Amino acid sequence: MKYMMLVCTDVEPDPEPGNYPDVEVWVAENDAAGRRLQGAQLAPASTATTVRVRNGQLLVSDGPFAEVKEMIVGFDLLECADLDEAIEVARAHPMAWAGRIEIRPFADVDQ
Amino acid sequence: MTDPDQAARSNGGAARRAPADQATNGNGGTAAGRAAAAQAVAATAVDAYPRIVAALIRITGDWTLAEDCAQEALARALDRWPVEGVPDNPGGWLMTVARNRVLDVLRRASVERRKLRELAVLALTAATAEPTDEEVVDDRLRLIFTCCHPALALEAQVALTLRTICAVPTADIARVFLVSESTMTRRLTRAKAKIADARIPYRVPRGAALTERLPGVLAVLYLLFTQGYDADGEPAFADEAIRLARLLVRLMPDQSDALALLALFLLQHSRHAARRDPNGDLVPLDQQDRSRWDQTAIAEGVRLLGGLPQHGPYAWQARIAACHATASRAEETDWRRIAECYDQLVRLQPTPVVALNRAVAHGYAYGPAVGLALLAEARAGGALDDYPLTLAVEADLVARQGDAERAAVLFRAAAARTPGDAERRALLDRSRSGPAIRPS
Repeated sequence: MKYMMLVCTDVEPDPEPGNYPDVEVWVAENDAAGRRLQGAQLAPASTATTVRVRNGQLLVSDGPFAEVKEMIVGFDLLECADLDEAIEVARAHPMAWAGRIEIRPFADVDQ
Repeated sequence: MTDPDQAARSNGGAARRAPADQATNGNGGTAAGRAAAAQAVAATAVDAYPRIVAALIRITGDWTLAEDCAQEALARALDRWPVEGVPDNPGGWLMTVARNRVLDVLRRASVERRKLRELAVLALTAATAEPTDEEVVDDRLRLIFTCCHPALALEAQVALTLRTICAVPTADIARVFLVSESTMTRRLTRAKAKIADARIPYRVPRGAALTERLPGVLAVLYLLFTQGYDADGEPAFADEAIRLARLLVRLMPDQSDALALLALFLLQHSRHAARRDPNGDLVPLDQQDRSRWDQTAIAEGVRLLGGLPQHGPYAWQARIAACHATASRAEETDWRRIAECYDQLVRLQPTPVVALNRAVAHGYAYGPAVGLALLAEARAGGALDDYPLTLAVEADLVARQGDAERAAVLFRAAAARTPGDAERRALLDRSRSGPAIRPS
C-alpha cells in the first residue's frame, strides 16, 4: 500500500530539539528497507505558485493555495503493509517532532 | 422481515430491567416469566455476537457484509430461541447461520467480486463452526483494537464500538449522542471507509505498541460508560461498557488497568438503582437508600481491586468508589482514605476537576478550612471558573464553617449556574436552610 507522507511545520514543536531523531538515519533506514520510494524537501512556500483553470481561463497566482501557519516543507512516498507501519515510519522522522506529518493513502482507483 | 436492530435492542433494554421484574412478579408461566426467558435468550445471543462479527470480518474483510449477516443471525436467534430453546452451543449456531448467509450473498455477488468471493468461500467452508480458542480470542480483541484505532475520530471510535461489537442500532446511538440518525450513519460509514481505504490493520498490537494503544481502548470504554444518557437521565450504555470491560479482562487478564476499569464500572454502577427518587430527580450520595445498592457488583469490584499489582488512575478512582460503596451509612464513609486516594490520583491526573474533588474529600476528612485552602489552590489561574460545581463546593465548605450568610449568597450563585432543575432546586433549598449537618 502506498502512502504519501506530507511533512509540515507546526507552531508548537516538541520542546526538546536535542531529542529529535536524525533525518539522515531515517532516510537511510527506510530506503534500505524499501519503505521509502521517493522523497524531497521543498523550497519555501514563498516560491509557490498556484494554478487554476476557471471557465477555461488559466489563472496563475503567487503563493500556496491556503494561507496557514503550518506549511508543507517536504514529502516522502512510502510503501507500507498498513497504516500502523506508516505511523511507525512517520514517528521516527524528525519533523514529527519539530512539525507534524500527514499520512494519506493513495486512492484505490480500481474500486 | 423483522428489523434485527430493533429486536436486539428492545430485548437488550428489557434485560436491564429483568431483576426488578423478577423480584416483583415471580417466575414460571406468567407473562413476566416468559419475558424473563426472552431476556435470558437475548443476553446469551448478544454475548455470542461479537465473536461472530469479528470472525466474519477477519475472513471476508468486508465490515458491512459481516455486520449485516451477523445481525440477521442474531435476529433469527431472538425469534427462534425463546420458542425452541437456546441451543447447546449458541455461538456455533449463530456462526453457522451467519456464515451461510455470507455464502448466499457472495454466491449471488457480481462477477467483479469473484476473487473475494472465491477466497471467502474457501475460508468460510474451512472455518469450523467452533473456532479454536486462539482464533476466538484474537478475533474479538482484533475487533476492539480496530474500532478504537487512534486514526479514527474519537466519536467514531465510540459509535463503531457500540455498533459493531455491542450490536446497538445506529438509531439508538444517534439518539443518545444527540445527532440525527443520518449523521450517525455517515459517521459510521466514514469510519468503515477509512479502515478500508487507509488500511487500518485488523490486529492486536504487541509489545510496546500494546502499551501505547491499550489506554486509548480503555478511554473509549470509559467514554461509553460516562457519556450519553437515556431520556431518564441515566447512562445509556453502562451495561455495554461493563460487558466490554469484562471481555477485555477475560482476553487480557494481565492488564491491570483493564481490571481497574472494570472494578470502577462495577462500583459506580452498583448505585444506579438508588440514584433517582420516584420523580426521577437525582438523590445525593449521602441520602441514597443504601439497601438498593447492588451488593454483588460491589463485592466483585472490591475483589478485583484487591488483586491489582499496581495502581493507575482508574484504580484510584475505583478505590474512591469502593470507599463510598462499602460504607453502610453515609456517616461511616472513610473520608481520610478517600482524601489519600485523591492525593494519589491528582499526582497521576493533575486536572482541575480532580483537584476540586480532592478539596471536597479533604474538607470532609480534615474540616472545611483545609478544604477551602485546597479549593483555592485548585482554582488558581481561573482553572475552574467555568465549572458549574465550583461554587456549590465552595458554598458547602463555607456553610460548614458556620458563615451562613456568605454561604447563602454562594448557594444562590451556584444555583444560577446549574443547568439541571432538580440540582438547582437542591442548591436553592440549601441557600435557605443554613449550615448542613457535617457528614463525618
